[in-house]
Amino acid sequence: MKKTFGGPSIFLDRGDINTDEIIPAKYLTEVTKEALKPYCLEDLSLDGFDPKGEKLANARVIVTRDNFGCGSSREHAPWVFEVNDIHTVIAESYARIFRQNMFNCGMLAIELPKEQIDKLFALEQGSGDVDIAINLAEQEIVARGNGIEESCRFEISPFDKALVEAGGWVEYADARY
Amino acid sequence: MGQTTAEKIFAAHLRDEPFQGTKVLDIDRVLCHEITTPVAIADLEWRGKDRVFDASKIKAVIDHVTPAKDSKTALQAKILRDWARRHEIKDFFDVGRNGVCHAIFPEKGYIRPGFTAIMGDSHTCTHGAFGAFAAGVGTTDLEVGILKGVCAFREPKTIRVNLNGKLPGGVYAKDVILFVIGQLGVNGATDRVIEFHGPVVETMSMDARMTLCNMAIEAGGTCGICQPDMVTVEYLWPFIGEEYASKAEALADFQNWVADTDAGYDKVLDFDVSALEPQVTYGFKPDCVKSAKEMAGTKVDQVYIGTCTNGRIEDLRQAAAVLKGRTVADSVRGIVSPATPKIFQEALAEGLIQIFMDAGFCVTNPTCGACLGMSNGVLAEGEVCAATSNRNFSGRMGKGGMVHLMSPSTAAATAITGVITDARSF
Ligand code: SF4
Repeated sequence: MKKTFGGPSIFLDRGDINTDEIIPAKYLTEVTKEALKPYCLEDLSLDGFDPKGEKLANARVIVTRDNFGCGSSREHAPWVFEVNDIHTVIAESYARIFRQNMFNCGMLAIELPKEQIDKLFALEQGSGDVDIAINLAEQEIVARGNGIEESCRFEISPFDKALVEAGGWVEYADARY
Repeated sequence: MGQTTAEKIFAAHLRDEPFQGTKVLDIDRVLCHEITTPVAIADLEWRGKDRVFDASKIKAVIDHVTPAKDSKTALQAKILRDWARRHEIKDFFDVGRNGVCHAIFPEKGYIRPGFTAIMGDSHTCTHGAFGAFAAGVGTTDLEVGILKGVCAFREPKTIRVNLNGKLPGGVYAKDVILFVIGQLGVNGATDRVIEFHGPVVETMSMDARMTLCNMAIEAGGTCGICQPDMVTVEYLWPFIGEEYASKAEALADFQNWVADTDAGYDKVLDFDVSALEPQVTYGFKPDCVKSAKEMAGTKVDQVYIGTCTNGRIEDLRQAAAVLKGRTVADSVRGIVSPATPKIFQEALAEGLIQIFMDAGFCVTNPTCGACLGMSNGVLAEGEVCAATSNRNFSGRMGKGGMVHLMSPSTAAATAITGVITDARSF
């Protein structure tokens, strides 16, 4: 199924956030994606972050630092975002498997240089509400917060873009192989 | 310019290149376990595509939580079991015959030089020890692998790690890889293959090479790769004896996958390990590494020997050599999980199980168990475990618990004293 991208954002100001923090292993006994919903980022301890808070509940976009999603191959990590309507992550860099899992699910793992990520974090200082609009066709994001607007282009490989447009790797592969 | 091992394997398996730089490969082995496969199976059923591309190329095991600990894990096992039966997947290993995936699949001879393998498990990089390209993938990649026998990758760049010198006594492959990860950092090899070369690897057994490659992912690597040689041939000979007239012939064939001398590398790192000390992690990331001496005296509550990193027979031998005639400290719970039934039986025959039990270790059935904090030794809040596993993330072995990664030998010494101990001090 095709996803929608963009909306209110949550900022996770740390590198190397791993898949155990995104969805703890004890929930890997679930056999449906929906069952994961209440446990999003449950084990992430970060100043000012509340996994049960409104901020996360409202978020449609995650903005974070480098090597996001490192650790295990569990697709439960993108799934727990998917079932919470978070279809976009914007980070400095990703662990390979997590990044591929996002695109395989037809979701976006956008990579931006550190300076650009810093600018997004700067928008959050103040009211704290940042809304990020994403234009996949133009490969552009527009972030609004604190009365300021920041826009920039992002790179995405043509294959990853094709996966998002197809709705995921199963759809893509099934049509082609 | 010549090619790296991964480049050779990619070229030989290329099915499609839908966009420049995206390589869709034919997959020789699709490996499955009960944690990540059931959702793929359910999705295939939901799509009306409950098929497999080639039952002989799919191998499956129940290993993470086994025998089932509750209704949920029983259901996961059942989904995998029913699916394996339905599709006549002959190489399926259930209770009594099962073991940790990255130990049991190589042990059965399923992985060969030049093969491509995927599994819904990040430590699939282990199988690169055979000169194969083996990568951990998510459930969607696994699902497409099961259905179509293909997987897409960006052509990986390769980091060449030359391990020079000679490993001192009491220092093992685990110490080497912890040291290398400490040097590379947890994302130092992202989107890269790590190719291991040099006299130290050449003298390593397949068990040790698997330990080395197992932790490539902890530096972000897609796969760890060792060069196939006579050690590889000897290990695989029981399975390939009918395919080749002689070991020399097998070796010649396997050497097709050895990297060219003029291959292009993203980076070349040279390490002389002659003075390397036993290594131990101290934080919540596998690149937080110090020597066992620097960590000496750190109190632990549990010692866990096993897993896909260090649950093989050589690992048990190394631990037992330290434990022989000694007992576990009163303050410590010692747990050992031989990684497969074959390893368990060998350990029994060699008297190792006796040594572990005399020392006061609990011997469990082959399973991942405590490694990912799902069964058989979960930590309580604030507890510390010395483990031969590969991941020390916060909460990995139980919420609020702390894990120190180390070799079986260091873990055994630590079990005896109750504090992190360099085994060479005995
Ligand atoms: S032993 Fe641990 S790291 Fe290895 S496959 Fe099992 S859970 Fe994963």
